[in-house]
Amino acid sequence: MRRSHLNALAARHPALFALALLVISLLINVILQPNMFARDTLNSNMRVFLPSILLTAGQAIVILGGGIDISVGGIVSIVNTVLATRVGLDGSPEKMWQFVFISLAAGLLAGAINGFFIAYLRLQPIITTYATSFLYAGLALFILPNPGGGIPAQIAALYRDSTPLNLPLAFYIIAIIILIWLYISSTRYGKFLFAVGGRAEAAYETAVPVTLVQFSTYVISGLMSALAGIAITMLSGSGNADIGNPMTLNSITAVVIGGNAMSGGIGGVAGPLMGAITLGFIQNIVSFAHISTWWETFVKATIIVVALAAPGVINLFRSRRA
Amino acid sequence: MKRISISPPVAALLLAVILFLLSGFLPNGFGSDLAVAQSQATNILRLAVFLGVIAAGQTLVIISGSEGIDLSSGSVVTLTAILTYVIVKGQDEKVLLALLVSLAVGGLIGLLNGAGITFLKISPFVMTLGMSGVVTGAILIINHGNVSGKVAPVMARLIARPLSTSIPIPNAIIIWLIFGVLMWLLLERTTFGKNLFALGVNRVTARLSGVNVTGMNLATYALAGALAGFGGFLLVGNTGVVFINLGQPFLFPSIAAVAVGGTLLSGGKGSYWGSMAGAIVLTLITSLLTTMQMPDSVRRMVLGATLLILISIYGRQQALRQ
Repeated sequence: MRRSHLNALAARHPALFALALLVISLLINVILQPNMFARDTLNSNMRVFLPSILLTAGQAIVILGGGIDISVGGIVSIVNTVLATRVGLDGSPEKMWQFVFISLAAGLLAGAINGFFIAYLRLQPIITTYATSFLYAGLALFILPNPGGGIPAQIAALYRDSTPLNLPLAFYIIAIIILIWLYISSTRYGKFLFAVGGRAEAAYETAVPVTLVQFSTYVISGLMSALAGIAITMLSGSGNADIGNPMTLNSITAVVIGGNAMSGGIGGVAGPLMGAITLGFIQNIVSFAHISTWWETFVKATIIVVALAAPGVINLFRSRRA
Repeated sequence: MKRISISPPVAALLLAVILFLLSGFLPNGFGSDLAVAQSQATNILRLAVFLGVIAAGQTLVIISGSEGIDLSSGSVVTLTAILTYVIVKGQDEKVLLALLVSLAVGGLIGLLNGAGITFLKISPFVMTLGMSGVVTGAILIINHGNVSGKVAPVMARLIARPLSTSIPIPNAIIIWLIFGVLMWLLLERTTFGKNLFALGVNRVTARLSGVNVTGMNLATYALAGALAGFGGFLLVGNTGVVFINLGQPFLFPSIAAVAVGGTLLSGGKGSYWGSMAGAIVLTLITSLLTTMQMPDSVRRMVLGATLLILISIYGRQQALRQ
């Protein structure tokens, strides 16, 4: 009786496991970094996590809709190089905001290109976004062949040191994302998204605009990638064409740790956001635990694999006993 | 109106030939010098061998369907290349041992992938991605920045040198041809091959028709791992040196080679001939761009655009309306 109750709960809230992981990693983090909740420490953690959080939110939408976006890192790089080369270290704030606007448009365009090929030409998402990731990463490298450039320090500080009401800026942004998601998932579009991700053919037969929904997920992902690019540029203050590269696979792992099914149609956005924060904590734990540098990658990857395997292991034992 | 249908492997091969002939017109191309053209062609084929062998395992897991993919192959290649390098230490008699170790280690990693995917229900994309991180971590621990070792003279003779002075075909190409025939036999003439395609088309019907789906899945990933291990063994025989990032650059091209060769990324349909042709096309494009002395940024963009065009031609999925 109790077991079936647990099962039902887990099926209803795929993010429950992500929440458990988040709490565990948070606790370990607090042990290793006792001043974790001090305003400045919290802020310096959260501002590092925020770019991945933004990227993960976009990736979550794409994966919910049954796709995958490998080009997100390339879009981050484009935005980073555009801002670093066009605004410059001594640029005016007006110029910065002007190029932030242009960056958002670039992200939307890049996402629309992905969406066009995948939704309208019906190409396979993984290979299409892989191809466009080369286009985007190449373009970023073309804009800025060698790391350099930057944005004015006072604008970077706006991102780095803003703590309204003594809370990190990232908290507000996360809250906004979750509120928007709660609104979206209650609309007709939200229902369409789950239907398309669940089974596109069935959705098509029930008059869901499948193509348009698929297209839109990539546009959203492009926009979120551009936001992530702006965030990481304000965090680092400088330009590097390879900055987005390692972020892509990280965002996909975060979505899965967050309880979303890779095949689409199951999950949400809150879980993946917790997944992204958990991955950040894991990185922190590995660096704070004084593990030898040579072992860091191995330990981190093993923790991630264990985290991915845990729900499966629990299910395995439960079905054995039942 | 009758549509002209041409099988993807043939189309890819034709494209390779046309591209190669066109490359003769480049300022520093082979022009009318047949001897140069021949040596250039053999060189490109020789380079394609390694991508081709690594793409073999990828072909198997992709045909097996259910989002099958192996993102750990790049790091497995690096690992077995390093193991071979360390075990052989320049001694001819240790080569066989190194080959067996490479196959066994690759197979074991593949088996772990398969176990996670089959029993713990982790999606192949993230399972193999996580495994890739673990293997990379293991490489860092073993490697500690530098390894001492050496490839054996017999390996260079068997892999890098030509068959004989009168026949200027490198042995690697001959190994690849034999390998291709074996892969064809495996896919088209064995029960394993038949079951693999059955798995890719529909797992439920495969199970109902008496296919051992669990066993097949484990075997496919183990075999894919072993083939990646073999790829690492061959690769180090050609390069003669090892480094941490040896295998990773082959990872996504191996998936692209499979896609360009007309194997459906959703599984159930494909051939190894296609992947071979795909490997040749991709290697050709990469080396052409290098010969043309394009900067890295332009090279990436052209590669991405070409890939996009190739898959737009025949990588399209069925329309929703049928």
